[in-house]
This record gives sequence, structure tokens and C-alpha cells, in this order.
Amino acid sequence: MTTISQVAPQDSALPKVRVDMLPLLLVPVLALLMLPLVGSFPTWVTLTVAGLAMGMMVFMMASGLTLIFGLMDVLNFGHGAFVSVGAFTATLVLLPMKSWVEADSVWMNLSVVGLAILLAMLVTGLLGWAFERIIIRPVYGLHLKQILITMGGMIVAEQLIHVIWGAEQIPLQLPTTFRGAFIFGDAALEKYRLIAVGVGLTVFITMFLVLNRTKVGLLIRAGVENGEMVEALGYRIRRLFVGVFMAGSALAGLGGVMWGLYKETLTAAIGGEITVLVFIVIIIGGLGSVGGCFIGAMLVALVANYAGFLAPKVALVSDILLMVTVLLWRPQGLYPVAKR
Amino acid sequence: MIKTLLSGDLPRSRLLTAMLVVVLVGLALAPFLVSGARSLNVAATICVFVVLVASYDLLLGYTGIVSFAHTMFYGIGAYGVGLALHGMGPSWWAIFVGTAGALALSLVLALVIGLFSLRVRAIFYAMITLAVASAFSVLASQLSDFTGGEDGRTFKVPEILQPGFRLFDAEILGRVVDGKLITYYLVFFSALTLFLFMLRIVNSPFGRVLQAIRENDFRAEALGYRTVVYRTLANCLGALIATLAGVLMALWLRYVGPKTMLSFEVMTDILLIVVIGGMGTVYGAVIGSALFILAQNYLQVLMAQASAAMSGVPFLANLFHPDRWLLWLGVLFVLSVYFFPTGIVGRLRTKAPARGRS
Repeated sequence: MTTISQVAPQDSALPKVRVDMLPLLLVPVLALLMLPLVGSFPTWVTLTVAGLAMGMMVFMMASGLTLIFGLMDVLNFGHGAFVSVGAFTATLVLLPMKSWVEADSVWMNLSVVGLAILLAMLVTGLLGWAFERIIIRPVYGLHLKQILITMGGMIVAEQLIHVIWGAEQIPLQLPTTFRGAFIFGDAALEKYRLIAVGVGLTVFITMFLVLNRTKVGLLIRAGVENGEMVEALGYRIRRLFVGVFMAGSALAGLGGVMWGLYKETLTAAIGGEITVLVFIVIIIGGLGSVGGCFIGAMLVALVANYAGFLAPKVALVSDILLMVTVLLWRPQGLYPVAKR
Repeated sequence: MIKTLLSGDLPRSRLLTAMLVVVLVGLALAPFLVSGARSLNVAATICVFVVLVASYDLLLGYTGIVSFAHTMFYGIGAYGVGLALHGMGPSWWAIFVGTAGALALSLVLALVIGLFSLRVRAIFYAMITLAVASAFSVLASQLSDFTGGEDGRTFKVPEILQPGFRLFDAEILGRVVDGKLITYYLVFFSALTLFLFMLRIVNSPFGRVLQAIRENDFRAEALGYRTVVYRTLANCLGALIATLAGVLMALWLRYVGPKTMLSFEVMTDILLIVVIGGMGTVYGAVIGSALFILAQNYLQVLMAQASAAMSGVPFLANLFHPDRWLLWLGVLFVLSVYFFPTGIVGRLRTKAPARGRS
């Protein structure tokens, strides 16, 4: 009590919200600490950019999941299915328009990838709507059933991908102008990784602005905090649910396209494989927190890259070790959401 | 006597009783009823899966914990025995050491994971176990010097269990009493014992507390039961029994590998069986495993025929392709979570009104 009265300034009406800076510092501190360990500066730059690119892609996939969890208290174990569906939908554009992909023109490449992303997000968004309607709506509030049913949805979705696109791997070609690397001194920065960082940052900033500067964002944040109250104030939280679920699924689709192009081959299991990483990220970030999810994604990806370079054997379990360390420090994740 | 053996938890449905008897007799006489290595393999797999699935039911159906690390414990058991036999040569001592080591490792892991994450909510535990299990399976397939990597390890079992071994020269009921037969009965009777043991557990006061926690953990805590302790105990118990199931499987196959022991497919299989068979009814594991493993081995033949019959229609032919059988089980799974949350067994039991309920 005494501390509060001391901290609150006399002249302002509302006490300022204290921003928790510590987790924000983790990423740069980790990166700088690794510099002497890695040894050479160019290698460090390459590793860091690779980590950031991977982190951005994981963030795209994880952000929707954590938001859905925060708002609706639904953990979608089938979230990975949207990643796979997004990536496979992109092939519907990228394979027939091969000439545009192979063309040596930035605009043609950009437009074909843009079209693929648009289609993928549209399809996964609609799929998210159907998923929410058919699969999840009957089990709101029942965690056990949610886990089982979304897991079942994932199995079915994975098999349906096999039915529609066949069981073989699909090679996915990176557009011509996205290939190769920029060379700065001795450091090679792959172009596609820089693009991924750009797209990821755009997604994060857009999300940040929508959540903090618009009325919808205000309602979403209020819904995360206390859904019943939002409802009592006369807003239809159901519609908000559906909207957020669709947006989250579409983001997973976007992440799927980026990830598929990064891997350059597609299998139906791509979503299931990434799910584990996504879960670790949202646990580290604090279930329901978008900011925490962003930092978590960066941390996981950077640690995986550094560990892969410094101690390949440790890299196999680096995610788990990181998660355990973070949870020992903050048992609810980096940014615990107030309600839980 | 049967009542004591079944710990007072009778099937409570005529049809269910009949099905259980068929499965039991079928498994008990499998080597004499069917011929061929494949059918016997199916029977042994059913035995192991009954134990594995029932131990998972202990967690999911009775305690209301969703764990994705069950295959990890199963794998620990299999790898424990496999690596011990591989490293120390075929002897009973190696089996003992491997089993004991695996049990100890499982216990420690289950305890640590449990204490670490069971205090929080079901969802948290599910995610943590998923992460740990996937890391474990990556480790098992990457540390190839120790575990044999992706290829796994084949090993020799003690002489009496080897297929070439003959107990007598004479045949019994038209079947040579060889090592394979002895191994089968080792698996069968171990599975039966473990199954009855689990039936005993869930019908004990301890089992009742677990069910109370599943129904309402807050109330159970208010009644004076430390839910964390009970959950952790159930978790450890499930893990230990899954480990033993892994040991049995390894002895039967004389092989361990990440694909058969640790892959996520095994985990989804277990989930499908528990839910379709019936959560919270140990008998569900028997019915579920029998149906599932039979379907896995024989349904695909039927589907291949259906697919061939529809080869003119491109989409339908794909839909019935034998590799797509999991699609249909997945649909069945989702439907049964909605409409028959207690699965086949629960359905049969509710049809027959509470006869013989004590």
C-alpha cells in the first residue's frame, strides 16, 4: 500500500501503467552475449538474422493461437492444420503460375507470392470459421473435450490434405529474385530471411496497432481481461470470437506459406511438426499474451540457431531447456495475462 | 471368484460380457486358432495395447489428465530392455536390469513433469508433455551411437524365448511349442495380470478419489484430498505400466526403433482407442484395442477393394485409399467425443440398466 502511494504522481489523474521491461531486454542481451561465444562477427550476423527470420515465421503461426486462447480460453491443438492447409493452398497458385515464379522480375515474383498468400489466408480464414462453428462451438468451456476434439480435427485435416493433394512431397520453388544472399563484408544475409523478417515485423506492428489503437482492439483486450464484463456492457463477444478465430487461422495460413517457401518442400505433417515449437513459444510468452509470444518466438529461434552452431547435440533439446529456464524464473510465462 | 478377480467391476452388460469373453478366449488360444506369424503378431500387439491403453485411460478417463507423453514412457520401457539386451547379451539378468532401469527413469521423469506442471491446468500439462515427448523422440533418433538412431536396434532374447527353441519334441494340439509360443504366453499373461491390477486400482478407494478429481477437482480438494499428490501418483502409475507395456512389446518384436515405439502416430493411436473404446472404463481398452488393431491390419484390405471398385471416380478413390483409413477413424473419433463420450463400452452399459451394480 505504501509503495503505491509513493509511486503515484500527484499531478496526473491516472497512475501510469508500469511497463515490464525485463523480458524486452532478453532478446538483445542474449544476442550480444552470444557474440563472443560465436567468435566471428559475420557468422554471428548470419546466425542472428537466420534466428530472427525463423522467429518471425513462428510468431505468425503462434500469435493467432495465443490470442484465441486468451480471448476464448480455447487451446486449439489443431492449429497446425491451418499451417499445413495454408502452405498447400499456396501451391494452387505457385505451381500453375510457374513461369511467374521463375521470371527474373521482382514485381512478377512479388505479385505471384502475394496472390498465393492472399488465397492461403482467405482459405484458412474461412476454414477457421467453419472449424469454430462445427468443431469448437459445442465444447466451449470443456478443456478436456477441446483438446481431444481439436486433436481429432487435426488428424482429419492432415488426412484430407493427403486425399486432395496426394501423399507425396511437393517441392516448392522459391521465386528467382528471392534467392541468393546479400553480402555485407563477410556476412551473407539470405534475401528470403530478410523478407521473412520484414513480413513478420509488419504483422507484429499491424497487430500491435490494431490491438492498442482501435476500438476492436480495445474490445479484444477487454475480452481477454474479462469476457463477461464486455458482454454485460452490450458487445457481442461471440462475433469477436469468430472474428479473432478467423484472423488467427489466416495468420497461421500466412505463416504456413512463408514456412513452406523457406523449407522448399511440403509434406502434410508440416503443421504437426511446427505445433510443438508454437506451443513452447506461447508457454514461454505467457498464454494469451501477444507481446510475450513475439519475444518467446525470437528467443526460441535465436537459441535454436546459436545452439545449432555452438553445440549441435544440445540444440536437440534447447527449446525445452529454454522453456524450463523461463518457467523457473516466471512460472506463468514472460507476460502473464492478468485473468489467469 | 470372478468378481474378486475383476475387483467387483463387472462388465454390466450382456453384449459387453460376450465381447470381452470372445476377446479373452481369442487371445488366450490365438496360437492354436490361427496360423501364420502375422496373425500371432496381431494378437500380441492387441495384448500390449490393452495394457498401454488401459494405463492411459487411468490418466485420461479416470483422472482427467491429458498427457501426450505416454508413448515416451512406452518407448523408455522398450528401449530400456532393448538396449540392455543389445549391450549385455541375451540373458534374464539383462532383461531385469533393462526393465528396472527403464522403470526408474520413467518414475523420475513422470514425477518431475508431474510436479512441474500438474499444479496448473489440464491444458498446460498437455502442452508440456507434448513438448517433452517430442524432444525425447528427437533425442532417441539422433543419439545414434547409443540408440541405433532411425534404424533402431535389433537384439537377441534369452534362448528360451527365441523362435528356434523347442520345449518338447512333440506337438501340442498341432502346434510346436517353440520360443515364439512361450514369448506369446509371457506377453499374454503379463498383460492379463497388469490389466487386472489396473482394474483393482480404479476400483479401490484411491481410484474413487481420482474419479472425484476428474469430476470436480475443487470439491475434491475441499474434501481434504491433495489433488496434486493424487494426480502425480496417477501419472507415475500410468507411466510405470506404460513402461512395462513397452518392455513386453520389445521382447515380442526383438527390435526397438523410434518409429514403432516413440512416434506421434502411436500416441494418436492410443488416443483414438481410448476415446472410441470408452474413457473411464478399463474395459474400453480391451474392446477398443481389439477393434482398432484388427481394423489396422485387416480393414485396409477392405478399403483397397473399395478403392479399386471406385477407381473411375478420382476423388472417391482417394478417399477410400487404404492409407486413408486414419481419416475415417479420425471422423469416428470426433463424432464419438461429441455423441458417445463414454465410447462403445459406456454405450453398452447405459443400454443395459444398472443390473448387478452393487
